[in-house]
Formats: sequence, C-alpha cells, structure tokens
Amino acid sequence: MLDDEDRIFTNLYGLEDWRLAGARARGDWDDTKALLEKGRDEIIQEIKDSGLRGRGGAGFPAGLKWSFMPKESDGRPSYLVVNADEGEPGTCKDRDILRHDPHKLVEGCLVAGFAMGACAAYIYTRGEFHREIQNLQTAVDEAYDGGLIGKNACNSGYDFDVYVHPGAGAYICGEEMALIESLEGKKGQPRLKPPFPAAVGVWGCPTTVNNVETIAVAPEILRRGYSWFAGLGRPNNTGTKIFCISGHVNEPCNVEEEMGIPMRELIEKHAGGVRGGWDNLLAVIPGGASVPVIPKSVCDTVLMDFDSLKDVKSGLGTAAVIVMDKSTDIVKAIARLSKFYMHESCGQCTPCREGTGWMSRVMDRLVEGRAEVAEIDLLEEVTYQIEGHTICALGDAAAWPIQGLIRHFRPELERRIVERMLSDEGASTEAAA
Amino acid sequence: MSKERASFEFTQALRTEADKIIAKYPKGRQMSAVLPVLDLVQRHNGGWVTTEMVSAVAEYLDMAPIRVYEVATFYTMINLEPVGETLVEVCTTTPCWLRGCDEIVQACEETLGIGLGETGADGKFTLREVECLGACVNAPVVRINDDYYEDLDLHRTRAVLELISRGAIPPPGSQTGRKTSAPASGPTTLSARAGSF
Repeated sequence: MLDDEDRIFTNLYGLEDWRLAGARARGDWDDTKALLEKGRDEIIQEIKDSGLRGRGGAGFPAGLKWSFMPKESDGRPSYLVVNADEGEPGTCKDRDILRHDPHKLVEGCLVAGFAMGACAAYIYTRGEFHREIQNLQTAVDEAYDGGLIGKNACNSGYDFDVYVHPGAGAYICGEEMALIESLEGKKGQPRLKPPFPAAVGVWGCPTTVNNVETIAVAPEILRRGYSWFAGLGRPNNTGTKIFCISGHVNEPCNVEEEMGIPMRELIEKHAGGVRGGWDNLLAVIPGGASVPVIPKSVCDTVLMDFDSLKDVKSGLGTAAVIVMDKSTDIVKAIARLSKFYMHESCGQCTPCREGTGWMSRVMDRLVEGRAEVAEIDLLEEVTYQIEGHTICALGDAAAWPIQGLIRHFRPELERRIVERMLSDEGASTEAAA
Repeated sequence: MSKERASFEFTQALRTEADKIIAKYPKGRQMSAVLPVLDLVQRHNGGWVTTEMVSAVAEYLDMAPIRVYEVATFYTMINLEPVGETLVEVCTTTPCWLRGCDEIVQACEETLGIGLGETGADGKFTLREVECLGACVNAPVVRINDDYYEDLDLHRTRAVLELISRGAIPPPGSQTGRKTSAPASGPTTLSARAGSF
C-alpha cells in the first residue's frame, strides 16, 4: 500500500481547508517560481522522465503531448485547456480535486501552461458541478489576488491567466475536440483529426487538452523529482492514481493509490471488500463505463494499471472501478450503459447515431431473452462495425461494454433466450390445451 | 412559470454579468460565452429560456439565432420548457442502479406525486431522470437544483424531499453523515491528517 507521504492529494476528502491558506500549508504554491525557472524544455523533459500518462482515460504520455506545442509562436497565442467535464459513469475523482484541492489544479495550470508556452488556461468544468465550480473560481480568484497567476505570475516575469468555463450537460464534451468546439460556443460535436489541437485547437490556436488529474499532479512531480514519481508503480505505468470504487462494495470510496496495485487489494483494503465477500464477486468494470467488463476469474489476479488491464482486453480508463456481486443482473447492467451511450451520442456520425440506438434496443430485448441466439453474433458484428468507424471514440466506448459482455457472459445471454423460448412454448401449449 | 412569450431584453444587471463572462474570452470570441450567458438568463427567468431569450442572447453575442438555438437544444441543462421551482434529477446510470436507484425513483414519484419527466400542477417540482451525475462512490445520487444529495435510500430521499416541500433546504452531500467520498467507517489513508479532525 502506498505510504501517506507519497500521496499527492492530501486533501482528497476535504477534511482540511481547501482554500489558499490550507493549500499553502499542504505545500502547494511553495516556491512555484523555482519550478518555472527550470525552463520549458527541462519541465517537459522531467514530466516525460516521470512516466506520467494522461489520467483522463487514454493514457497518452503527458510530457510528449506537451512537447507537440510550438516552441516559437507564429503570431497565434497558445492555450492550455483543462478537461474537467467529468462524466464517465463510475468516475468522480476530478470532482474531489475541484472542490477539495483546487489550488493543485490552478498551480498545475501555471506550470504546465508555462511549459507549453500558453498564455492562458481554460478549465472546462461540467455544468452540474455548480458547487465545485464555485470552489474552483474562489481558488482562481485567490491565486490572482496573491499574485500567483495573472501578470508576472509568482514573480516569474511570465503572464498567465486562468479562466473557469462551465459546460451544460453533455458527456460528449469530455472528448477533446468536442470540448474545443463547445468552448468556442458551438454544439459539442467532435472535429476530425488531423489537424491535431497542438496545431489547430481552440479559436484556431495551438492547444493542449489535459485531464484535471494530469495537470494537478505536475507541480508535485517537479517538486519531488521525476524519479520519485517514476519509482512508484511499474515501468510504463508509473506514479499514483485516484481510484473511484463504486457498486457492490461495503464502503464505496475514492482513494489515491499506487499504479499497479492488485484489484483485489484495492477493493479489500480501501472499499471494505466486495459485499458478501470476494467469492460473491461476479464481475468488475475496471475503468469507467467505456471499458469492457471482466469476470471474477480475471479480477482475482489483475493489476490496476494501463498495460495489465489492456492485456486482459479491458482498460484502466479513468480508474473507475464498478464492482458487481453475484446478485447483479449483468445483462441489465450493461444494457443501461448502452442506453447511456444512445443518450449521449452527438448524432454526427451515422454508425454511432444509428448504432447506439440499435444496440440499446437489442440489449433491452436480451435482458428479457426476447431474441434469437443468432442475434448475439449479429450484435457482436455490429459492435465491430461501429468501433473505429466514427470521428471520435464514443462509438468505440459504446461497443466495448457489449463486446466484454458477450466475451465473458455469452452463456448467460443464451440461457435467457432459451428460457424465454421454453416458457413461450409452454404458454402456447397450455393455450392449445 | 408562465408560458407567455413576451419579448425579452437584457436588463442592466444582466448586461453587467454577461459582460463579465464575455471578458474571459479573447476579443471577438464572445460566442464562447454562449453557454454561461444562457445559464445566466435561465437563472434570471426561473429555470428555463424562451425562444425570445434565445434570440436576445444571439443578438447580445452577435451570433445567428439558429446557432444559439442549436446550442440550447444540444445541452441538457438548458431548458426550453418551464420547470418547477425545484428541479429534482435522479441519476439512473449503472453505478447508481447497482446501489438501488429504482427505489429512489419510486420515492421521488411517490413523495412528489409526479412521474419522471413531469412537472406538478402547482409548479413546485419537476422530476427528471438523468445520466451519470459523476458522484458514483456516493450512489445513489439525486441532484436538486444546484446541490447533490448522496448515499440515499427510500427513507432518506423522502425525508429530503419533504423538507424541501416545506420550504427548508436540507444540508446537501452524503445523507448518512459520512465525509464526502471517504469510506463510510473513516479514511483508510491520510490517517495522520484525518486523526486531527
């Protein structure tokens, strides 16, 4: 288990003062000027060497992403955009950062923004998080008042602004190109890449979009040294991570742990174990709704990091661990996710717009076994026709949970269909008699 | 909550607030303010916007009205129909469903006497089903106006709604008394810190 002294989010639960005085007491904004004095290239190199991978789901190396930003401006300003549009079912970690540790994020904006040569950061926050936005805005105001951001931020000679931008309820705006469109005042419909945001992002300017957690950990990495962060977890899967453990556990919670912690240890140490004991476990969705479900047999030994979960055909995603015990109607659990993706599809690409609705309708029938066995194969085939054939990854995200279900729970789907057929037959025989 | 569609103009107070929002964005990019300005007008109008308000926002931000209308219809938090004084949004996505949101829906319907998607005849409450609210370790969750009510069950949901219908605002957050997203029996981490509180 991770030592408390290696934890970055020391006010995760809001037990202490979240405002500037409290944040300073926890070490935030401690000689930030010295961090900036390392220079752009050095900061990016240290983030690369720390092994930090993006915390929003895709796990792209953060330092590498920052290095795509232009070194010299061609006249256009550059922007950092922070993705705080948290909405992946199961995930509620950024919410805790926004409300309990907002200064880590604001300081991270300055450090990361400086490293990529940005003039400002826009923090796109999901609209439902009204109270969290209030805390974040207070933190931003405090940072301006204290000379930490704005003109000559932290006496570094660098000018840097931070703005909070509220969304208004659209999961798709968590996709970086949809988020940029939304920030420009449009419907959140993803743009085709390329051009990538580092070349043409918000308002046609070079932009990097990073998750809240990715930005919020950056100052601590630079302060303690990249080797400290790289020494936690496993190679290519370094550092700490906030896990959200929800569903059928005795004590659902958020917790910051070391990357690569065994799933069973994570659930039993921090979330009070599976309801009814580990043997009562049916399956887990280990990284938010988009990643495929894995059955207990895999959960027994799997480690919680990007590569380990990829090896078992799932993913770390946002590290939102949705636990389901043996009482769960697993088909209904996944069918509800299909309904979610149908609701959240932006409607731009045909495979996703039509496909999410079609899949949701078939899933609803499968819950009750009102289908032919052959339709399971048809459904699976359709998921592969959607996956990879849309502008953004929402189509993939809608396909994967169903693929996971069919991969691991096909006998359950078939059992329902056969039972339904038998009971229908019974009913018609009775009627005939 | 009248459905009457009178013409609408930004008051001086609204202008001041809207200009503050617009100032966050680079010059000429005032269109970026469309969501926060729609929200501003919606709050001013008791929770929803009329077509005339959409047009007024378009004029204020120098946008084509259809662009603002597109935005207003795309985002679920912009209401184009009247809503009750209190908007009750029940999350029913899988993490909340696993923790018993069906019971929460039932408690809301029974206590408020309306179904999902309905507004009571007295205009006091609107009840709505929503997708993941992003508070999954505190499931099941209901959002009431700007606040989250968490760790609910049938009785606690009833208690919250009954207090609200009597004009009180119960303390938001966990309704079991646990501290935010920490394990119910106390944090398993940060013990030295937690101990001091």
